Amino acid sequence: MRTRSIAATGLGFQLFRHAVLGLGAFLMLAPFVIMISVSLKPSGEIFAPEFTLLPKQWHAWQNYADAFTKQPLARYILNGFIVTGSIFACQLLTALPCAYALAKLRWRGRETMFMLVLLGLLIPPQVTAIPLYILLWQVGLLNTYAAIILPSTISVFGIFLMRQFFLTVPDDLINAARLDGLGEFAIVWRIMMPTAMPAVIAFGVLSLVWNWNEFFWPLIVVQSEHLATPPLGVVFFANAEAGTNYGPLMAAATAITAPLVIAFLAAQRWFIDGVTMTAVK
Amino acid sequence: MAGISLRNIRKSFKDAQILHGVSLDIADGEFLTLVGPSGCGKTTLLRIIAGLETQDSGDVLIGDRMVDDLPPKARDVAMVFQSYALYPYMTVAENIALPLEMRRLSALQRLPLAGRFMPGARAARAGIDRDVKAVADGLGIGHLAARKPAQLSGGQRQRVALARAMVRRPKAFLMDEPLSNLDAKMRVQARTEISELHRSLGATFVYVTHDQAEAMTMSDRVAVMMGGHLLQVAPPQVIYDDPQDLAVATFIGTPEINTLPGRIGADGRVEVIGTPWPVTVEGQPGAEVTVAIRPEALMVTRGAASDAIALVGTIRHVEMLGAETLVHVVASPLTRPLVTRIEPSAAAALKKGDPVALSTDPRRVLVFGKDGKRIAVRQSTPALTPAARGVTVHV
Repeated sequence: MRTRSIAATGLGFQLFRHAVLGLGAFLMLAPFVIMISVSLKPSGEIFAPEFTLLPKQWHAWQNYADAFTKQPLARYILNGFIVTGSIFACQLLTALPCAYALAKLRWRGRETMFMLVLLGLLIPPQVTAIPLYILLWQVGLLNTYAAIILPSTISVFGIFLMRQFFLTVPDDLINAARLDGLGEFAIVWRIMMPTAMPAVIAFGVLSLVWNWNEFFWPLIVVQSEHLATPPLGVVFFANAEAGTNYGPLMAAATAITAPLVIAFLAAQRWFIDGVTMTAVK
Repeated sequence: MAGISLRNIRKSFKDAQILHGVSLDIADGEFLTLVGPSGCGKTTLLRIIAGLETQDSGDVLIGDRMVDDLPPKARDVAMVFQSYALYPYMTVAENIALPLEMRRLSALQRLPLAGRFMPGARAARAGIDRDVKAVADGLGIGHLAARKPAQLSGGQRQRVALARAMVRRPKAFLMDEPLSNLDAKMRVQARTEISELHRSLGATFVYVTHDQAEAMTMSDRVAVMMGGHLLQVAPPQVIYDDPQDLAVATFIGTPEINTLPGRIGADGRVEVIGTPWPVTVEGQPGAEVTVAIRPEALMVTRGAASDAIALVGTIRHVEMLGAETLVHVVASPLTRPLVTRIEPSAAAALKKGDPVALSTDPRRVLVFGKDGKRIAVRQSTPALTPAARGVTVHV
């Protein structure tokens, strides 16, 4: 199909298409390129009138050393892993059985329940922020990891994504498992989850990106610096450095962006499979 | 090993009734085939036996035990699915081992990683591996143990599905069109293999297919289903020679049985195109009937029609199939050609457009009422027909 489309379209269209895609890629990548570029430069060069991609005088070591020593950046990144990892584990524990029940089991009220899940997708997190805050205050969990993790343990998006994927799993696979002696929960973990691995990975990447970058909620429930997630850490960093020292700041930004980029690149192949919805080929 | 009994099974989906009270007794060790056109309810019936669907009313007994309230895994039956339903991310060996793992290992022993160190797990696993290997080798797929289903051919997948069903030695095997995804050549070979498997296991097989060739070649008994009703349950040859319903007669047999419109005359003889045939039936005189004759029961005679000849016509088409020849004859005033199956040597001189006469042995004429049910023939004595007196009867 690809060879046919190349043969069928002219060189002019090819150039145009690449130009449009190139422009899009440039607009997306430019902030990241500038971030990395700045993280390598001494402060004198950052505001120099002429912009250069690479620094004249390499200052990378100093910037990154500052980023990791002046603030506990490593701690923030560790917090990021603890929080996003726990959230994703909890989301899987809830989303997979829910999605299975919504996609493959027959029960009264299933469609209504699915409508509620869809409605849940429409509610912005800020709406529930104050009740959740009060709840956490009442159970005495404010300023803990649990305060950041608990409100995100159920992902309606995850339920929705996994349900859509589970719909493509043939019913006979589940029937075969039932005859082979698997219970419904065993079917979820032993049959559905491995079959839906591309979707699990896609959901994992999306969940990781979303919760790693989440700023609003950790800012509200966490005061202690040692609990700060990476975005909070960058803000602490900016405050501590009075917001002028852009070299180390951008080094810190690069350091906290890197895990996301690495995670995405590692999962890219499955990510595409996962969002294009094919369970059993 | 166990027999299976179905008692008045009914099932509806939404407003559509799929099964209208099906009762059937399947003997221990029997190979019974449920055959019928798609949508006749045969797969639903199989799934009710397996416990994957719940009947609206009626009982299922497996080995004299009522299983209506038992989940599929407690019924101790194995199923081979049309799609084979192999777990795509597991190897062949893991696919075959799963039913044994679920039965022989405790929940703790099944845990990933840690389960290996639970007491008794090692011995149980070794036993499972041994049984898996024995079954896989028996089916000639032992060398594929480490492959994933996606790397296998259709025939290999079908064997893996069979192996997964066999490995736990179930009371009965339920097979839902297991050969329909194979190419024609493989299918013929697999037919023999499944028959041999049935003989060597001695287990009860319930086999669902829409392919009458599979039904006829493999079964001890065939159950023909149409529109949610069980029309006839009998050995293959009886289904073919002695169908009790017109739908059964037309569904089974290739080419299809010839049907002619007729009515019962005042003397009880069947009249076809106004001519009384030497076939006397029990029925209301004047009632409309359908007369059916298998293609091989019709004989073609060349030449002009005599007075005794009831059906004369012209050849529309001669189909040479090698071992046999099919001659299509249009007998006016009928428009649909009648098909006869004859020896190639007898057909050598026949060609399109030839005028011919069709004759048959009256004992091979089947008569069906307007409701499709078979009407008993009281008398079709060839002794009284012109044939017995030395004249060929041409019906």
